[in-house]
Amino acid sequence: MSILEYNGAAIIAMSGKNCVGIACDKRLGAQAQTVSCDFRKVFQYNKTFVGLAGLATDVQTMSSLLKFRKSLYELREEREMSPKVLSNLLSNLLYEKRFGPYFIEPVVAGLDENNEPFLSGMDLIGAPVYTDDFVVTGTATANMYGMCETLYKKDMEPEELFETLSQALLASVDRDALSGWGATVHIVTKDGIITRELKARQD
Amino acid sequence: MGDSAYSFSLTTFSRTGKLLQIEYALNAVANGRTSLGICAKDGVVIATDKKLSSSLVDLDQVSKIQKINEGSGFVYSGLGPDYRVLVRKARKSAQSYHLQYREHKPVSQLVKSTASVMQEYTQSGGVRPFGVSLLVAGIDADANKTPRLYQVDPSGAYFAWKATAVGKNYINAKNFLEKRYQDDMELEDAIHTALLTLREGFEGEMTKDNIEVGIVSQTDGKFRVLTPDQIQDYLDETS
Repeated sequence: MSILEYNGAAIIAMSGKNCVGIACDKRLGAQAQTVSCDFRKVFQYNKTFVGLAGLATDVQTMSSLLKFRKSLYELREEREMSPKVLSNLLSNLLYEKRFGPYFIEPVVAGLDENNEPFLSGMDLIGAPVYTDDFVVTGTATANMYGMCETLYKKDMEPEELFETLSQALLASVDRDALSGWGATVHIVTKDGIITRELKARQD
Repeated sequence: MGDSAYSFSLTTFSRTGKLLQIEYALNAVANGRTSLGICAKDGVVIATDKKLSSSLVDLDQVSKIQKINEGSGFVYSGLGPDYRVLVRKARKSAQSYHLQYREHKPVSQLVKSTASVMQEYTQSGGVRPFGVSLLVAGIDADANKTPRLYQVDPSGAYFAWKATAVGKNYINAKNFLEKRYQDDMELEDAIHTALLTLREGFEGEMTKDNIEVGIVSQTDGKFRVLTPDQIQDYLDETS
């Protein structure tokens, strides 16, 4: 089994009309055994969310490292880090470990200074991809790509985005043994962030 | 830098609490050719006198105003070679920033890191302080895109100015600027005022070839050095 599949994860980020949504599952496993149903994989940095799928220890380390870099940036520059800058920083941090990488595959979702949606995903050594519709990562990517491609529409309002994101994630993780056990969905608009917990199949 | 024989700092405190090496560095700056800067409400202008010792010097190979990155530029008074080291370091630092964040390094950050380098040289083994005061022009990265003018001294201290001058005659130049400066000045007026101020302390005739002018405007945020022909247009307007 690949190291990236040891703990299990499923994360989708989608863009809507002047809003973005990001959803993740809550399972933490040790291969087949489930260890926790409450393991957070999406981290908030002001108006930017970073979803980290992969080896749990690296998920936690990278989220701390990003917090460290973001805080220093805000103190030095006296301004917030935009999603694009955070994404590039993350890409750099990953490539620095090119020959001994962090086993994570992140997605970045947020609203920039003009409240325009920003989405990006990257591989474990920091190769970024920028999209305007959705990005997925984790152990159920095949399922998630299928669901997103089918359910996604451009310019969804926050409520509809929430529904679409939730349905896409829930259907994907149900067919994946390594992810699931509940989900958390964040919707980011210029007025604020709404977080909802989804009740799902606990298996 | 600071090998075993010189691992102590050469800049040490005097009994009165002064760092004499820095005072002497400021003297070196005060002997340098005048440079000045004016911060207008929609841009910044920096200018300098580039007259040299002999008329045989090829003046268009002399370049005192230097672009550091897309949005910032430096000018100096003092020791040219020391200045060139700082320009090199600042350019590298700006590019490293861009590599990390894919965003241009804001002028305020550039000033902080350059000032930090200058301070290091007052507290490291076997080195002397830089014999330059820098004037840095750029547009800030804040929401209002505020134009900024900074001065950085050999000690590493930095100040933001509305208008200032360094080098020979800086006191007269600053008095002149104080009288002429207005908060709602536009970039075009600031350029004229800068030229008038330079002319005040100029020995001999001021022409398009023996001065240098650099501007950054709020409209595009790009720093550029004016060509002699552009300077001539402004000179014609002021006379």
